[in-house]
Amino acid sequence: MLGLNKKDATLLIVVAALTLCAPFILNPFPTGSAMAQFNAGYPDLMQRFIIFGIFAIGFNILFGLTGYLSFGHAAFLGVGSYSAVWIFKLFTYNVIPAITLSVVVAAIFSLFIGFVSLRRSGIYFSILTLAFAQMSFALAYSVLSNPKFNLTNGETGLQVYADDPQWFHRDSLPDLPHLFGLSMRSTYSLELGAWRFDFNAGYYLCAVILMIVFYLAIRIFRSPFGMMLRAVKSNQQRMNYTGLNTRPYTLAAFVISGMYAGLAGGLMAAMDPLAGAERMQWTASGEVVLMTILGGTGTLIGPVLGAGFIKYFENIFSKINDTVLHNWFAFLPDGIEDFVVFIVHPFIGKGWHLTLGLLFMLVVIFLPGGLVEGGQRIGRLLKGKKKAPDSEDPEHHPKETPHVAE
Amino acid sequence: MSKNDVTRRGVLKTGAIAGAGVALPTIFTASSAAAYMNEPTGGSVTLGFNVPQTGPYADEGADELRAYELAVEHLNGGGDGGMLGTFSSKALKGNGILGKKVEFVTGDTQTKSDAARASAKSMIEKDGAIMITGGSSSGVAIAVQGLCQEAGVIFMAGLTHSNDTTGKDKKANGFRHFFNAYMSGAALAPVLAARYGNDRKAYHLTADYTWGWTQEESIKAATEALGWETVNAVKTPLAATDFSSYIAPVLNSGADVLILNHYGGNMVNSLTNAVQFGLREKMVNGKQFEIVVPLYSRLMAKGAGENVKGILGSTNWHWSLQDEGSKAFVKSFGTKYGFPPSQAAHTVYCQTLLYADACERAGTFNPCGVGQALEGFEFDGLGNGPTLYRADDHQCFKDVLVVRGKENPTSEFDLLEVVEVTPAAQVTYPPDHPMFAGGELGTCNPGA
Repeated sequence: MLGLNKKDATLLIVVAALTLCAPFILNPFPTGSAMAQFNAGYPDLMQRFIIFGIFAIGFNILFGLTGYLSFGHAAFLGVGSYSAVWIFKLFTYNVIPAITLSVVVAAIFSLFIGFVSLRRSGIYFSILTLAFAQMSFALAYSVLSNPKFNLTNGETGLQVYADDPQWFHRDSLPDLPHLFGLSMRSTYSLELGAWRFDFNAGYYLCAVILMIVFYLAIRIFRSPFGMMLRAVKSNQQRMNYTGLNTRPYTLAAFVISGMYAGLAGGLMAAMDPLAGAERMQWTASGEVVLMTILGGTGTLIGPVLGAGFIKYFENIFSKINDTVLHNWFAFLPDGIEDFVVFIVHPFIGKGWHLTLGLLFMLVVIFLPGGLVEGGQRIGRLLKGKKKAPDSEDPEHHPKETPHVAE
Repeated sequence: MSKNDVTRRGVLKTGAIAGAGVALPTIFTASSAAAYMNEPTGGSVTLGFNVPQTGPYADEGADELRAYELAVEHLNGGGDGGMLGTFSSKALKGNGILGKKVEFVTGDTQTKSDAARASAKSMIEKDGAIMITGGSSSGVAIAVQGLCQEAGVIFMAGLTHSNDTTGKDKKANGFRHFFNAYMSGAALAPVLAARYGNDRKAYHLTADYTWGWTQEESIKAATEALGWETVNAVKTPLAATDFSSYIAPVLNSGADVLILNHYGGNMVNSLTNAVQFGLREKMVNGKQFEIVVPLYSRLMAKGAGENVKGILGSTNWHWSLQDEGSKAFVKSFGTKYGFPPSQAAHTVYCQTLLYADACERAGTFNPCGVGQALEGFEFDGLGNGPTLYRADDHQCFKDVLVVRGKENPTSEFDLLEVVEVTPAAQVTYPPDHPMFAGGELGTCNPGA
């Protein structure tokens, strides 16, 4: 199907099914129950899962295939967001031109940064990208937001104001990002007994785009181009000795992954028309590295899982406070209740970083292939098969995958 | 090989199906029955407290959260009632808001506008919060205020001091109790003139972001009106921790006053550097060298320690005030947590009470009704004397405190002393003042 082999087609179908049914899957607990705290099926978080999934898929095309660890990918995401909001401010709230421009601008930006940074490899490349990203952050945060030349609106973030020109905006259209009149915020809530499921227009736009870019990623992974990138990862020097110039390939990979980041940034602005400088900060760049490693570097689905995992912790665990804890443990005798709350307290609320850090350590130590490896292990356990010999790969080389023509 | 048979009928069919698919979700949007966003239907109402729990303003955030919990307790009739007893409006009866028990959800803004909006959105979309309040930085407050306007809930701003919050970024659904940079300048200027004279040369160090600029603009205008001369105004990066390289040029500039438009950790570091360079012992132009910090807070004074002694600044509220409202608030806060509240705690406590009171008086949670009840509302007994919530820009007008680092603190909380209470009339400005120009309130948005 669509030029994919059977295994990849299945993967694509699974991803499509998961994204389309996410409003059901992520809201397993009835609204109003104590466990509703863990429901993640509200529009904003579902959009974030998808957007950061796209971001991580793109990052994985660079890091997973070529092994070049970029520490500055958030810069492209930020640039994408800013260009999208400028389209909103100047022309129209329709998301199509905004998203298109964000991809184009991110491509140009990543071409420039990639051209300079890819002259070095390894840690020097990482440091160069980090430097560029921090530079962009500083520019966006203060330099380009002075009152005389305000491109980014600094700390406050670029927003759309009522007195912005918006030349193609009509009164009949919603005053929010929309797709030909369909507001990205419009949500249909389905009440089923005690459950409530939210179907959000913006989310489904993101989901469709995710499926397209996921398909593109599969094609890239399986193409001769993808094979060349893997060759760069295994031994770039040998490639050079055979007389092959690898730089066009790595630069292409860098630009493609920059465009994915720009797309994610554009979508982010389309869901919520504000671009803040913080999304370019080095912590944001580090986050996507964590997502990719946590999910499984070099795998197709891994980065999406990693993105979901981290965003879930950021948004769900950070909102559990002591009052909630006391409600949960109210059945315990008073003294013990306070004690249990005292023990759990450092790991929730503002301590969500700590919980995430511990889980990250556990995953990296016990599941070096990320969540995908965990899934594979469980799969094998269920099937009762012996460990396949080809998984005995202590150095985690990228797995050989069938060529597209097979 | 695939074969492409494009027929006219096929194209039309595909087009019709695609069109129907795009149009389909719009059917859903019309189906909402609620009169406004997150209309509370059960026996309780949910408020969203969105404060920084991590990052540079985590201390302020933690104190705000304490005050919010205290306010909820008082609204639900618990504790000693705090400022409910002294508040001039008696609409609140200690039985929740409009008979509904007050519940709350909390979130972490991380002092980042993105994270703050994500957190606020989850409160609105997932937890059904009817009002969002909080913020310990102007950037975050403005970003969240914009979101609340779009989503159709009320935003009660917490600690935000930039002119823009109720200036060019003002929104019909947003309300601010805290004072602003213009008021700091207007309150400080006469005190500075009285103590340091009308013939001074000022040197500004300014944090390079929205708040820093409006603060610099305000204090510059106020001091230049006194006859002071501005020698230089230097922007410092927000992330800077060592200000030595910015302080050294001050010595040779001929300036005799250093104005630090810094807040939080920035101010602690720049003030410490300035004192280490011996600026305060210097005599320039035959006058004693002075340092001024336009926006002060007790938590900052604590961070800077010895160095704040004798340094002038302004603040929204201080726990040592002796009016009935302040005394009641300090007492119930102290009883619950064991130490006096900060100005951040005070302003968010007032905001929660003001919101609840407006709902009671309006008889509804509808953001438009609540907004109307708050606009032009005059009240007293919340610690700042008679106060007006101005309808034109949703800014509170009240007395501003000019404070000074105490020479002989009696406890670790007794760091500031009130030098003068500047009356509200002196810090009031017309709504179309150039520093607040641009932007418009728009109309209130009830969502749904």
